[in-house]
Amino acid sequence: MPSPTSSPPAISFQNVKKTYRGGQVRALDGVSFDIHCGEFFGLLGPNGAGKTTLISVLAGLARATEGRVRVMGHDVVDDYAAARKALGVVPQELVFDPFFSVRETLRIQSGYFGVQNNDAWIDELLENLGLADKAHANMRQLSGGMKRRVLVAQALVHRPPVIVLDEPTAGVDVELRQTLWQFIARLNKQGHTVLLTTHYLEEAEALCQRIAMLKAGRIVALDRTSQLLAGTASTMLRFKTDAALPPDIAERARVTGRIVQVTAHDAAEVEATLAGLRKVGVPVEDLEIGRADLEDVFLEIMNGASA
Amino acid sequence: MNGASTLFKKEVLRFWKVSFQTVAAPVLTAVMYLLVFGHTLEDHVKVYDTVGYTQFLIPGLVMMSVLQNAFANSSSSLIQSKITGNLVFLLLTPLSPLAWFVAYVGAAVVRGLAVGVGVLLVTAWFAPPGLDNLLWVLAFTVLGAGLMGTLGLIAGLWAEKFDQLAAFQNFIIMPMTFLSGVFYSVQSLPGFWQGISHLNPFFYMIDGFRRGFFGVSDVSPWLSLGVVSVSFVVVSGVALALLRRGYKIRH
Repeated sequence: MPSPTSSPPAISFQNVKKTYRGGQVRALDGVSFDIHCGEFFGLLGPNGAGKTTLISVLAGLARATEGRVRVMGHDVVDDYAAARKALGVVPQELVFDPFFSVRETLRIQSGYFGVQNNDAWIDELLENLGLADKAHANMRQLSGGMKRRVLVAQALVHRPPVIVLDEPTAGVDVELRQTLWQFIARLNKQGHTVLLTTHYLEEAEALCQRIAMLKAGRIVALDRTSQLLAGTASTMLRFKTDAALPPDIAERARVTGRIVQVTAHDAAEVEATLAGLRKVGVPVEDLEIGRADLEDVFLEIMNGASA
Repeated sequence: MNGASTLFKKEVLRFWKVSFQTVAAPVLTAVMYLLVFGHTLEDHVKVYDTVGYTQFLIPGLVMMSVLQNAFANSSSSLIQSKITGNLVFLLLTPLSPLAWFVAYVGAAVVRGLAVGVGVLLVTAWFAPPGLDNLLWVLAFTVLGAGLMGTLGLIAGLWAEKFDQLAAFQNFIIMPMTFLSGVFYSVQSLPGFWQGISHLNPFFYMIDGFRRGFFGVSDVSPWLSLGVVSVSFVVVSGVALALLRRGYKIRH
């Protein structure tokens, strides 16, 4: 896809490789792609695909064995200070410093970036993330969800143009998810670039303009979200049954309890599937035919891509 | 160096918020050493002609507390941040290796000085040690605390568990400070052990520091200053190199 602007990409990965234990473990195996300024970009992949390793290389928490990474044109190794100033990273782990209150935590984080007298912006962050009444609470006293909000505020305290969220909604209640996404979507509209890794595919589908899928350290799909949804199996057959499925259907079906979902590329494939079920006498209840969602695309690509 | 000053303040605030444990407790320990050893040995041990044993003991105890607490500050702060995972907040910042070094070692020096002043104020009440040359006192306090804060930084980077750090502290730092002439003059030792003591850099910190109080010492204070300064430069070079490599913190 051509770049929408001619400015340097917000994030650029060039042939990034990362091996551990003297090359025995290959976490990243030549990852290359650009994220444009102002984009809301999703990075998806199963556990162990290398998402967090890629984010770690981007944030300077790990060093690539090979390849280059740039943030707003700044190399993350040679020009690390400028690259890190441009980045706001929400880490995946729920970590905090038990010695300080919420406001102290944010003031300290702001100071590390050389931003002094930042209370107006800190107040705005607290307000927008529903933390205003917790400003003086010690970090230890906060619930998990509240700690997660502080992590987001810490990542944004130096007003970075590029925001990276590494599975920010894992184990988070619905209310926070709503608050968080409203806020992040607003920042994106104001021009911030957002890179999101998530397990919740509906979130990625709703928020991300483009998506990259990572498997075993390689990019296996990279496209506009709408293209990804259009390009693969577009129809979803959904029904309930208690009977065993015939093997050719079982191997491409997604089964949740007694709910079965099977993708199809066109009407003929839908008919063939239904005929296959009828032939072996599988009783079908509550049959629906709908559009495939990102989860179906994801499973199809992950099953199809060779490691 | 805006960012470095924030990290320095945060590190000072960190120990100050738990000062009962980080300042008051070591002062109490030192006072107990003074009471027990001073009481039992005052009439039996003669070190210098003009100096009573309790008086002799005080600068040694002050310096030992300064050194041990400077080490404890940087090492325990780092290992705690590593184990709880909140070191990530620091790793994500543009702070340079030099900024990390200045902030961690600076805060360790402040903790060492706070404890040292506390020990001196309380123990001097028992037997005022007098003051011969304030410059020696200050030079050895700051250099000694800086050296130990830097060693603590290295130990904190190296250790992956509290257990390893405790081993470093109990099997290296404790014996070396204890056997550096805090409780005795190394001149009272047999020749062989005198020689061994002279290989211990902690001996020079204590001896030079004591010189500032009494005007007498086992070796020339200039020699002590040289040994401590060179040690500080070498250890700092190692610490900076480790920070630059991201040793055990950036993978």
